Amino acid sequence: MSTPQHLIRNFSIVAHIDHGKSTLADRLIQLTGTVAERDMKAQLLDAMDIERERGITIKANTVRIDYPAKDGNTYVLNLIDTPGHVDFAYEVSRSMRAVEGSLLVVDASQGVEAQTLANVYTAIEADHEIVPVLNKVDLPAAEPERVAEQIEDVIGIDASNACLISAKTGIGIPDVLEAIVTRLPAPPEKDANAPLKAMLIDSWYDPYLGVVVLIRVMEGTIRKGDNIRMMRTGGKYGVDKLGVFRPQMQDVAELGPGEIGFFTGSIKQVRDTRVGDTITTEKKGAETPLPGFKPSIPVVFCGLFPVDANDFEDMRDAIEKLALNDASFTYEMETSAALGFGFRCGFLGLLHLEVIRDRLEREYDIDLITTAPSVIYHLYMKDGERRDLHNPADMPDLTYVDHVEEPRIKATIMVPDEYLGDVLKLCQDRRGIQLDLTYVGGRAMAVYDLPLNEVVFDFYDRLKSVTKGYASFDYQLEGYREDNLVKMQILVNDEPVDALSMMVHRDRAEMRGRAMCEKLKDLIPRHMFKIPIQAAIGGKVIARETLSAMRKDVTAKCYGGDATRKKKLLEKQKAGKKKMRQFGKVEIPQEAFISALKMDN
Amino acid sequence: MTQPENWQTGGFGLYVHWPFCEAKCPYCDFNSHVVASVDQRPWAEALAAEIRRYAEAVPGRVLTSIFFGGGTPSLMAPETVATVIGAARGSWTFANDIEITLEANPRSVEAARFEGYARAGVNRVSLGVQSLREDDLRKLGRLHDVKEAQAAFGIAREVFDRVSFDLIYARQGQNLRDWEEELGEALEMAVDHLSLYQLTVEPGTAFWDRAQKGRLKGLPTEDLGADMYELTQELCAGAGMPAYEVSNHAPAGSESRHNLVYWRYGDWIGVGPGAHGRFSVHNTRYETIAHRMPGVWLPAAQAGNGDLSRDVVPMEDQAIEYLIMGLRLSEGVDLERLHNMSRSVAPDAVIEELTRMGLLRISSHQLKATLEGRMVLNSVIEKLVP
Repeated sequence: MSTPQHLIRNFSIVAHIDHGKSTLADRLIQLTGTVAERDMKAQLLDAMDIERERGITIKANTVRIDYPAKDGNTYVLNLIDTPGHVDFAYEVSRSMRAVEGSLLVVDASQGVEAQTLANVYTAIEADHEIVPVLNKVDLPAAEPERVAEQIEDVIGIDASNACLISAKTGIGIPDVLEAIVTRLPAPPEKDANAPLKAMLIDSWYDPYLGVVVLIRVMEGTIRKGDNIRMMRTGGKYGVDKLGVFRPQMQDVAELGPGEIGFFTGSIKQVRDTRVGDTITTEKKGAETPLPGFKPSIPVVFCGLFPVDANDFEDMRDAIEKLALNDASFTYEMETSAALGFGFRCGFLGLLHLEVIRDRLEREYDIDLITTAPSVIYHLYMKDGERRDLHNPADMPDLTYVDHVEEPRIKATIMVPDEYLGDVLKLCQDRRGIQLDLTYVGGRAMAVYDLPLNEVVFDFYDRLKSVTKGYASFDYQLEGYREDNLVKMQILVNDEPVDALSMMVHRDRAEMRGRAMCEKLKDLIPRHMFKIPIQAAIGGKVIARETLSAMRKDVTAKCYGGDATRKKKLLEKQKAGKKKMRQFGKVEIPQEAFISALKMDN
Repeated sequence: MTQPENWQTGGFGLYVHWPFCEAKCPYCDFNSHVVASVDQRPWAEALAAEIRRYAEAVPGRVLTSIFFGGGTPSLMAPETVATVIGAARGSWTFANDIEITLEANPRSVEAARFEGYARAGVNRVSLGVQSLREDDLRKLGRLHDVKEAQAAFGIAREVFDRVSFDLIYARQGQNLRDWEEELGEALEMAVDHLSLYQLTVEPGTAFWDRAQKGRLKGLPTEDLGADMYELTQELCAGAGMPAYEVSNHAPAGSESRHNLVYWRYGDWIGVGPGAHGRFSVHNTRYETIAHRMPGVWLPAAQAGNGDLSRDVVPMEDQAIEYLIMGLRLSEGVDLERLHNMSRSVAPDAVIEELTRMGLLRISSHQLKATLEGRMVLNSVIEKLVP
């Protein structure tokens, strides 16, 4: 029997890093006895190291809690932990659509911060009921009244009856549970006998079960043994295992309207499942899928090469494994004159890129060189052909190209008034066109038309930095437009370094070229000879710096007892050099490739 | 066919390590230990026993030098020094012009022992003056002041034939003009030998920890360090004390003979905690390392062997060591001797390239680093080693 819909509450927790989301989740789980005390590990829901370190959630996690409320009923509470970054905005919006309410957790001394805002707006957009929760009220610096006021001002929701808690000590947790039941709505009443419509919230690979699919049943009922169909991808599977997370897997016979759970069905690759897809039964299935599905399309591309060419095969294995678990990540083999064999990879955004790169380096122990991130340009050739350009290195000679189009985005930025000037300047510097500027409760909302290539690399970092983290940012692709785009090459010691080639707007080329050359001058260690570093467009040098020759590198003291040590040091230095790539006579450290692209101002 | 390795060109020396200090200097990464007092009798006997043990392994040599280093060897009682020198004399033949050096702190307490050292056979001292500026002596953690150091230097000159002293430069907050002035004063003082070291921050020192925390401020940039080095070469050469090694200056004939043994890659015996040795027996070169901790070394030496290890140095490693040591000297390395050890070290093509760059030059079979080359010697050597 599936749970009666009026006894279900589905919710997510919206919070800034360190404001206590995971601790609160753990408390809720603990207080309801979902996990035995001895199995309690700190922060149950954060699975990956990278997530924990960066304080972000990349994959949606979920837990089902039974809660005997004061009204005498036992409720089923489903908590979904959602991703928290603009790169995963679509994934967040799907997770939010799978629940009816949110707990907005704010640190009672720190107040509302930008990351919270982006997600709380997504929650409001998804028509969530929102319960404000002020955490860490036991700390001396806590100012719950001021922060409650700020929530009302900034976000525009009533915070007068916010729950005051300390997730760490457990103060106020029972109130939160009651608020979930009394203040958040039950899922809308739907027919359990209607044709099945379940939304795919997330999926991941499990070595024993194959792909595990997290779903929210909207209408109808899914049962173990059903033959189901993914309405967007057309894949057909048998439901081998159906269950819920508590947080470990627990089998159930069926899931009805309003319920959240998982199924497995011998699905081999995560690629076969798409977030936002609709699952229905093969027979007597639904006719129309749920609205809002978007196939995830990589928008940022870059080359990944092993620092040590011998690692290529290991890297191929690692990339294939990662790709099985991530439908939004694409790859194909690439060769570069300077870097040898590697892969051209596509990502949802820069954070996604960094996460994948970190995982390759950390989990698979491969040192990587990352080339300049790029977007897909449309090349219109003089002979009428249209080509997609994924890699600036492949840019044909300009004499064959009629014109180039680049992808544009519509960016929405919300920011406190005091930082607006800096934000507008940033958008302007990045070739933005202002579409709208309005005020919402003391915050400005700027809408800009921006070229994606100006955003992919470090726009979000810059935005955070000029607004001290108080801006929220969201974007969507808006199509292609022609502009004066050229390929800029970087020459180090007169040798072109492919990995640093990039497409730039002609008017910004000098500025970017200069910035790149200056950066590289700091990033490349001095050599025994001086090294010219140049930026060039089609053979014409537009910027130049010279890295002067090393002047002093000698050990002051070297006596009888030092011979052994010096010899060992020499071996270590030689090994360290292997972490650098040789371009002609110049050794360029791995980190230079990505650091050179970051613009400080 | 390889010929027997010609260690004789480098001579044969004895290094004696005295590991104790009254205080640990914040820049020092040597094997030194601060203790309240040491019963020197067993130490003297253990050092003497070690020397006799080595004499059995390397018999019949002519000893060209002895060097007492540390630690602070000027904390040794003259009797201890005499016992050690006596053991060496009983073990090997002393060269007529044997050089016996002792490193000393330039303080009045130590200066009072100079006569005793001279009677024991010491004929050269090397004084750790380090700076002629009071503030900097404090920052370097030294226990003496400038006046005291100058007085000790005066006494040393009366007592010993040869006196050298050390200075550390490229210190925190020091600029080119400061150093020019201080070096000028030093050159007025210097008689036959001067060691001028740029401050380097080594792991395992207090300075290193401070630097890691970002609290060691005002160290010169690479360019300022280079300018200071160039200025040093110029001023010293002008005063008749040219550099014969990266950091060592002397008129011709006044070089430290003991240190030349290392740089010319001769044979040397090392005794005392943490001491290293290199010596040849039947055309095989050995590397010895003694136990580092005084509390481990002493009982080991008393039981008959203070060494932690003795290993054969492969030919290619010998070539690398010869290169590391020899290129520090302005006279350079003997290319034939080097290539006799290994053909893969310092290949002709790399020598040619570095010569074109003005970092190396060859004259009468000696491969030498130019001034520019010596300033970037670590990188030059890295290029030359396969």
